[in-house]
Amino acid sequence: MSEELKTSLKLNLEGLLCPIPIAKISKAIKEIPVGTIVEATATDPGVLADIPAWARTTGNEVIKMEREGKLVRFYVRRLK
Amino acid sequence: MDNNNGTTLIVMSGDMDKVMAAFNIAIGAAAADKKTNMFFTFWGMKAIQKGNLTGRGLFGRMIGLMNRGGINRIGPSSFNFGGIGRWMFRQMMKNHNVPSLEELRKTAMELGVKLMPCQMSMEIMEIAREDLIDGVEEPCGVAAMLEKSDQSRQTLFI
Repeated sequence: MSEELKTSLKLNLEGLLCPIPIAKISKAIKEIPVGTIVEATATDPGVLADIPAWARTTGNEVIKMEREGKLVRFYVRRLK
Repeated sequence: MDNNNGTTLIVMSGDMDKVMAAFNIAIGAAAADKKTNMFFTFWGMKAIQKGNLTGRGLFGRMIGLMNRGGINRIGPSSFNFGGIGRWMFRQMMKNHNVPSLEELRKTAMELGVKLMPCQMSMEIMEIAREDLIDGVEEPCGVAAMLEKSDQSRQTLFI
């Protein structure tokens, strides 16, 4: 990996369904400094569409999103 | 910052399925940093009542009994079967780790969603301010709701 992903916060959203993952990441992102990254894991397949949409609406950046079997792991950078 | 970026929901329905959709959408909107307002009117009043018996006159008390509020008392719009359907849906939600309506309402309020009670509904059905849960806004009318709607990108009637 050429990028080193220094995460400020790890969020466990496993087992949580829409809209709770969005509610939690919205709160979490406000707690980290601008420019830093939240790493999260979730099991709800809805997050594949929801998190990027949320990031576009709020002006944050999804750096990476990948499936690991039943798990979805993604990284969001706080941009503002 | 775009000041007209909010989301307004008019919650007229008192059915579990519709109220749940309303809270889900409100939570999604608030989580996306939109100023979110929910205007509860008529049947929707049940979702913000404490659940005690309401009403002063005969009709007021009759409707207070038959249309008793409390968010855990409301049933689905179909298949309620006198309450069995409501129980079944709550079981299904629990089994799939879906938050209950009470939890959704609490999450919405924590995210800053404003719950606005309809003054006229309260007058007609003789629901007093003390019969409502804590944390709701002052009872208001359509002008207040429409002002929020003017400041919103989307206004949804549920």
